Amino acid sequence: MLPTTPVPHPTSKASDFSETFRRAYRWMLLARLAEEKMASLYRAGKITGGVFLGKGQEAISVATGIALRDGDVFAPLIRDQAGRLAFGESLLDFTLTYMGARSGPMRGRDGNVHRGRPREGMLPMISHLGAMVSVVNGILMANRFQGRLGSVGAASLGEGATSTGAFHEALNQAAVEKLPLILVITNNQYSYSTPNSRQFACADLVDKAAGYGVSGHTVDGTDLADCLKLIGNAVECARAGGGPQLVIATSLRLVGHGEHDDSHYVSAHLREMPLGRDCLTVAESRILSESWADKVTLDSWHRDSLHQIEEAVAYSTREAAPDPAQEDWCAYSSRQLSEG
Amino acid sequence: MCLFIPAIIRGLSLPVSFSLHSELLPTLITYLEAIREALAKALNDDPRVYIYGQDVGFFGGAFKATKGLSQRFPGRVIDSPISEDAMVGSAIGASIQGMRPIIEMQFADFSTVGFNQIVNQAATMFWRTGVACPITIRLPCGGTSGSGPFHSQSLEGIYSQYPGLVVLTPATVEDAYSMLLAAVECDDPVIFCEHKYLYYHLKADGLPNEALPIGKARITRAGRDATVVTYSAMLHECLAAAEELAGEGWEIEVIDLRSVKPLDTDTVLASVARTGRVLAVGEAWPWGGVTAEVLARIASEGFNLLDAPPMRLNAKDTPVPFHPNLWGTHRPTAKTIADALRSLLRL
Repeated sequence: MLPTTPVPHPTSKASDFSETFRRAYRWMLLARLAEEKMASLYRAGKITGGVFLGKGQEAISVATGIALRDGDVFAPLIRDQAGRLAFGESLLDFTLTYMGARSGPMRGRDGNVHRGRPREGMLPMISHLGAMVSVVNGILMANRFQGRLGSVGAASLGEGATSTGAFHEALNQAAVEKLPLILVITNNQYSYSTPNSRQFACADLVDKAAGYGVSGHTVDGTDLADCLKLIGNAVECARAGGGPQLVIATSLRLVGHGEHDDSHYVSAHLREMPLGRDCLTVAESRILSESWADKVTLDSWHRDSLHQIEEAVAYSTREAAPDPAQEDWCAYSSRQLSEG
Repeated sequence: MCLFIPAIIRGLSLPVSFSLHSELLPTLITYLEAIREALAKALNDDPRVYIYGQDVGFFGGAFKATKGLSQRFPGRVIDSPISEDAMVGSAIGASIQGMRPIIEMQFADFSTVGFNQIVNQAATMFWRTGVACPITIRLPCGGTSGSGPFHSQSLEGIYSQYPGLVVLTPATVEDAYSMLLAAVECDDPVIFCEHKYLYYHLKADGLPNEALPIGKARITRAGRDATVVTYSAMLHECLAAAEELAGEGWEIEVIDLRSVKPLDTDTVLASVARTGRVLAVGEAWPWGGVTAEVLARIASEGFNLLDAPPMRLNAKDTPVPFHPNLWGTHRPTAKTIADALRSLLRL
């Protein structure tokens, strides 16, 4: 088996910002390259179902994943490869699930971005947007019942999900219960093909925070340093009993909704704006300008990431697909209730 | 959402089977009280249990099913916002974390607002992840006079359609108690359909000490001429119809399914093997649903047992009407069931 943590955890103190930044950058890089590999496998017809990339959102995603710790819960969305890795998901969970392997966490029963390990705090998203937020709330309520204090829950959504009833119900519920929820909305300007002008009419999504009676924050989603600081603070605020934190990160989706989508509808004007910057390139420039690492080191990280991805893909390719004859066709935990 | 006033149903004339205990004795326990006792026992016996729903706390719930429980079990009987989706979603999360939530929908009809969480999240959790989702969702269901289209629905069929859900439909005081306890103990999501029409009128001498397991039907009345398969409040209409036909010399066997999913096909087929004729009766709408499932199983697994085409009787295919004159005709009653049985016996 491959190690479940593909990038070594830092040996220096987490309070060293440059070290946190480097670590976050490496997760972003690994996520970007892993997703690019998956996209090429998709184009080669080797992937069943869709492939959904987080290109342009790695900074906000990794900042969320890295701010969480053991005992916390994370409900990622479809563009959270970086955050998943930083939270502790193995690269193998990613490759095995995309390839539908029986040995993956979803065993071929569910695919791609729907993977998770609920018992380890990683929730497996359903496709209905906003639906995972109240599930996080419930885990946080259970923590309170059970006297487990100091743990938080984070959920990722896009701006499109703020139009759902599930979002409204869940954020209001979290506010009423004063739960340690961090709700990270990445406003990437498009929900599939729908621009913000057809999605909401408020001047700024963060204005919703006041309506729910929760703390609101905004951040430039293309700037890793800002994301790390802001999400870190929001998580600590929630952990300290400050109630739900609504974070609005601004970015641009630099890919299609999925790999099947050429995103021709994305405005050229937006691509030229600062929010259209590639957060990975911005982070890399920051590392070099601050001399937190040199080009040779960056190249070695790149090679190391590619190596891990090749290993994970090669391993997953060899794994058996699910066998319908061997499948346990029972949807009940209480087996005696199955009429199968 | 508006609140329905349950007192309105108290003036109804009731089928014969209800009038046995019409003289209120202090020792009698109602269907609703049995539910409350089961909730209290679950809270008392299992620290993982909590109740979450609209007005369930100090107020004690729209029907008073949780009356006094928030005082007896502080912090464990919690008022929710009017947010059925988030109520169920949070219960799913809590169950993952080891709790045993009981969600009270104010009316079964409102559970459609939480439908997505029930059928897509709770019902799929174990299959997708191997992690069980032990939640109980109480649906005060079925029609009562004057309740109208949005406080009267019977949704057992639609929930039974989804893999991963257990759907229970207790028809007696004893089953309301023991099956609710079984629901809370069950490791899978349970849709507990408790019938509002039975809340106040149906009474028993006491609470049971033992119970049939989930998934077992009960032959409530034995007979040899025809089988009636039913569940929930329709059981009592069917029993009244069987009593009426007994006066005409027919012996009708009445099966109470108790649990519609899983469905006890064995008990149904064994009965049909004895009688050769079957009528399935449900209060839900006619397109698909529990009665259609029962007949489909009989037709495919027991066709050779039949001496006559299997019949079914359901509510009319319209929304549930408000006015008592219309409502009394919309759903099956002892009279229409007796008429259907006479047709079946003539075939």
